[in-house]
Amino acid sequence: MMEFLQYGFMQRAFMAGILIALLCSVIGVFLVLRRMALLGDGLAHISFGGIAAGILFGFYPLLSALAFSVLAALGIQKLKHMKVYSDAAIAMFFSFGLAIGVVLISLSHGFNADLFSYLFGSILAVNGTDILLIIALGTGTLVALWLFYKEFFFITFDEESARASGIPVERLNTMLIILTAIAVVLSMRIVGIMLVSSFIVIPASTALPICRSFKQSIAASALIATASVIVGLALAYYFDLAAGGAIVLVLVAAFFSMLAYKKFIAK
Amino acid sequence: MEFKKVSYSYGKQPALENVSFSIEKGDFVGVIGPNGSGKTTLVKLMLGLLKPDSGSITVFGKGIQEFRDWHRVGYVPQKATNFDQNFPATVFEVASMGRFSKAGLMRQPSEADRKAVEKALHVAGITNLQNSRIGDLSGGQQQRVFIARALAAEPDLLILDEPTVGVDMKAQHNFYSLLKQLNGEMGMTLVLVSHDVGMITKSVSKLACVNVTATFHDVSKGFEEAALFCSYAKDVGVVPHHHD
Repeated sequence: MMEFLQYGFMQRAFMAGILIALLCSVIGVFLVLRRMALLGDGLAHISFGGIAAGILFGFYPLLSALAFSVLAALGIQKLKHMKVYSDAAIAMFFSFGLAIGVVLISLSHGFNADLFSYLFGSILAVNGTDILLIIALGTGTLVALWLFYKEFFFITFDEESARASGIPVERLNTMLIILTAIAVVLSMRIVGIMLVSSFIVIPASTALPICRSFKQSIAASALIATASVIVGLALAYYFDLAAGGAIVLVLVAAFFSMLAYKKFIAK
Repeated sequence: MEFKKVSYSYGKQPALENVSFSIEKGDFVGVIGPNGSGKTTLVKLMLGLLKPDSGSITVFGKGIQEFRDWHRVGYVPQKATNFDQNFPATVFEVASMGRFSKAGLMRQPSEADRKAVEKALHVAGITNLQNSRIGDLSGGQQQRVFIARALAAEPDLLILDEPTVGVDMKAQHNFYSLLKQLNGEMGMTLVLVSHDVGMITKSVSKLACVNVTATFHDVSKGFEEAALFCSYAKDVGVVPHHHD
């Protein structure tokens, strides 16, 4: 039944997919509760510029995407301090990154298949270098989330009281946005730039209405995301579907099942 | 805590001018004043959330810029109960936040932290609610959760900013008895900001009237006298006020 796991590319896809699912779904709980759900989408589009630059100038595209994404994350924080509304700041960088990407593509005389694989994800394209990057940075990011879990929780619930109690709120906010930038770039290989934000937003949005405690929400969000990756990848293999799209459709199905459960059974 | 000639302004609008006072260990200080008089500014200065334009503030004998032990100062914010009511967090989780700063960055809460949270829940009288989702509680119960959060840090000084806004009369009454208990039996220093003159003068030992400037009175000479001292007091009712 699990014979697809004997292929190297499927093993890589599963490993990368599950790590990314954990990462994005945990970050997602913090972002969704802080009304920053669109940050992931914004940063993904910004990294498009980095991917295009990487392909055009011959760098490893995920690294240039990472640079774009992290710099934009810092820029968004900076604009927020200069009293620009944070959703406006995200929208601005979003267009900025896309514009750079489009201009660079026009310089390279049009789209190529490689760029397409970054836009929509491609598990066949996940190579050994990608896996190493995803495991190294993904594990590091998860550890950082675990180490600062209690502070992120406090800030998410009540930023002013967290600040009054002596927690370095500004530095931790910057850290959370950088962790998001990393998670987004790591995810785009599997789900693609266009679908990254679903990994951040949907598991958290599915978990939050049915959980009583914060710990439960984190665990449920991680579980929903991981299960969706496994089911989505299996469906993609057996029915020859695009993996990113299949995973996202499973996530959406989980979300609507939760709504139906709340409406008809939990009442 | 000591303020010496502290002034603060938002742009050109002075919020507090030349305010000097000192709070001693074991005091129960009531801060009253009309809306927009600078009460909340005063609290934010005490918490180090705002820096004074001029003058100096001393906390536990240290200049406020050098002061780092913020877990010694508990804080129950204004409109504490105005959070996202759908937020998934239990009473225990919210009260635990009070320990986070004390535990330190990158440290997992210890057994001692858990005990302190349990004790704070007990003092606030909400042990039986510890596993409830905070959004499911009444306003008065939620207010107790935020007090428990402040108490969990085992503070030497507790600052409460208009904590009774939006809470019914019975809960308010219980709340004032809890404060008296904290101050009387546990010797905790309290600063209570309110515009509810009637309630506050029954409980406190010192009264501060804030209206851009601040004057301090010893309530032991009599509540009426102290209340009269604040010239605006006649305009402030004793019924609970609700404002959004």
